[in-house]
Amino acid sequence: MSEILNKGRLVLWGGVAFLFLLLPFVFSGGFSLSMLSQMGIMVIFALSYNMLLGQTGLLSFGHAVYFGLGAFVTAHAINFVEAGAFGLPISFMPLVGGMTGLLFSLILGFVTTRRPGTPFAMISLGIAEMVAASALMFTTFFGGEGGIVTNRTAGEVILGISYGPQIQVYYLIAVWCFVSMGLMFAITRTPLGRIANAVRDNPERAQFIGYNPTRVRWIMMSLAGFFAGIAGALATINYEIITAEALGLMASGNVVLMAFIGGIGQFWGPMIGAVLVTLLQSALSNFTQAWLLYFGLLFLLIILFSPGGISNLITIHLPVWRAGAVKRLMPSYGFALLTGAITLIGVVGVIELLYRGFLFGGVHVAFTWIVSGLMISIGGFFLRRAIREVKQIWEDLSPELARWG
Amino acid sequence: MEFFFITLLNSLSYGLLLFMLSSGLTLIFSMMGVLNFAHASFYMLGAYFAYQTGLVFGFWPALFLAPILVGVVGALTERYGLRKVHKFGHVAELLFTFGLAYVIEEVVHLIWGRAPVDYRIPESLNFTLFTLFNTQYPAYRAFMMLVSVGMLISLFLVLTKTRIGMIVQASLTHPDMVQALGHNVPRVFMLVFAGGCALAGLAGVLGGNLFITEPGMAFAVGSIVFVVVVLGGMGSLVGAFIASLLIGAIQTFSVALDLSFLDLTAALGVVIDPDSKWYGGLSITISQTAPVLPYLLMVLMLIVRPRGLMGTRES
Repeated sequence: MSEILNKGRLVLWGGVAFLFLLLPFVFSGGFSLSMLSQMGIMVIFALSYNMLLGQTGLLSFGHAVYFGLGAFVTAHAINFVEAGAFGLPISFMPLVGGMTGLLFSLILGFVTTRRPGTPFAMISLGIAEMVAASALMFTTFFGGEGGIVTNRTAGEVILGISYGPQIQVYYLIAVWCFVSMGLMFAITRTPLGRIANAVRDNPERAQFIGYNPTRVRWIMMSLAGFFAGIAGALATINYEIITAEALGLMASGNVVLMAFIGGIGQFWGPMIGAVLVTLLQSALSNFTQAWLLYFGLLFLLIILFSPGGISNLITIHLPVWRAGAVKRLMPSYGFALLTGAITLIGVVGVIELLYRGFLFGGVHVAFTWIVSGLMISIGGFFLRRAIREVKQIWEDLSPELARWG
Repeated sequence: MEFFFITLLNSLSYGLLLFMLSSGLTLIFSMMGVLNFAHASFYMLGAYFAYQTGLVFGFWPALFLAPILVGVVGALTERYGLRKVHKFGHVAELLFTFGLAYVIEEVVHLIWGRAPVDYRIPESLNFTLFTLFNTQYPAYRAFMMLVSVGMLISLFLVLTKTRIGMIVQASLTHPDMVQALGHNVPRVFMLVFAGGCALAGLAGVLGGNLFITEPGMAFAVGSIVFVVVVLGGMGSLVGAFIASLLIGAIQTFSVALDLSFLDLTAALGVVIDPDSKWYGGLSITISQTAPVLPYLLMVLMLIVRPRGLMGTRES
């Protein structure tokens, strides 16, 4: 126990709790509050996804199924509470969602986890399609196109918590997010979590020491489904409406992007991804129609150049920091940043011109085309040199870093 | 009888179209171990390229130009994308094609807009081939079948009878040995990827005007193709062929059948009260369940025989 709850870790988690408590005071506007709530939900969802991808090596394209089903059952449960059929406080509704996610991932996981690797990815996609298609078939449960509407103020007011104001919902999400984060982190430290890593890295050897890889995958998938269900329930409480889109392929794809952009190698990677992606989605979609394209390009760039995601970029710099060599990297980084920014502006210019249908046009359109084109070619040319320079410095540094461990 | 024959013909043409897609996917998978998530996106590109080149040159040149263009895009994807991420492992490759599917869809939005484009069946093929009982059978569907079968036979001949086909087959199983014999295996990989994409593009040229050419068409057909590949057994061309025809038949027949459990009980002489609790569930017709059936079949197959119809390996 003492090893798990050491001093540094307690300070860290205390800091996280404090941050959750403090955030609404810093970002107190209505928009930022609902954004924070959304981030909290997505952090749980992305972390639960990483239990599959990062820890067990299961690439699932259907994780939103458990999120969505949890959300729908919660919506019906809340409506039952409102009708007076049974009385569970809203604060504990995420448990309903979690149990739903657990139940369905137990059933569906039994089928899907029989084969790892690429077949698993395809089968999870097939199951997701099946559930999404059924959602449009069973309209009484899924509400068809309109979805299911709920009222989060259902039930009695306990200790003055009615869940009318958004701030109360935020704190509900924050508490569940904190608890889920803690539990999911704890799972990575249990023998189960360790064996899941072994199954990811070398299933045959895991089998040799007496574990059944299929069963380990199944258990991990069920647990991931549980936490996805919690996230789904919180989404129902937050938005008070849930539609079949929540369990569709787009939602499943979204969580893959979040986890991968943040980085699946570290526990905290998907959290960065969830926060960043939520931020980008709401911020970019306000400015441009092409936000999905930028998003896809960002994803491709990360896979091509930093498959460990953003968290990996951070961790590879830790030894440099300790060796005190950051100063030597800075000039080349600045150069790369500047040229990268110029290229980026050029690319954005071209994409926006195309999106607005300005393939041909007057003088000022031609001017924008020329400037964008110049920025891409000049920026791109120097960006390549900058990247070469960065690589060179990293190579020069590597013997020093090796000395520092 | 009339219904049966017409639906059978339709299911055959649809199944052959599916096979054009799944054969490329299967070839790429068995060679590189990469499941190309963007495969259906290349199908979509085929349809759009055919529309665009058709505007300039007409349908017939487009029938050849569009697949070649798609093949070139595929080759570039392999050379500058997939080959780079190869060193990061299969998951990264899979995710790369997944991200590519997103980007291709958005680029299509960017260039051709969100609404369907007016890609039509050419006038020279827009006539009734024959009338079976009372239903007119369009010539274009017959043309589609003709092209698919022709493609199938030439694919078979190229793979088994030509030198390049031999090298491709050898590279599937023994890439190191082929490399040692002095062949450029990475280039063979690129060719196979481009060829698979060109096949998907050809399917797009043929299917785009029969169905509808819109940005959502890749997603609509993509998961069905995966079902086909899983059902047939990953990496088996014969399996993919059988599964394509099977799924084609299931989808075509189930959409056309407007029967429900209510009709069954009515035929047995039991009338169910519309106020009954079960009425809603029992009134679902077979055509309403049509979108779910292929996936259901896939799940059943995985329970009974995880390797698929003709698959030889588990993963």
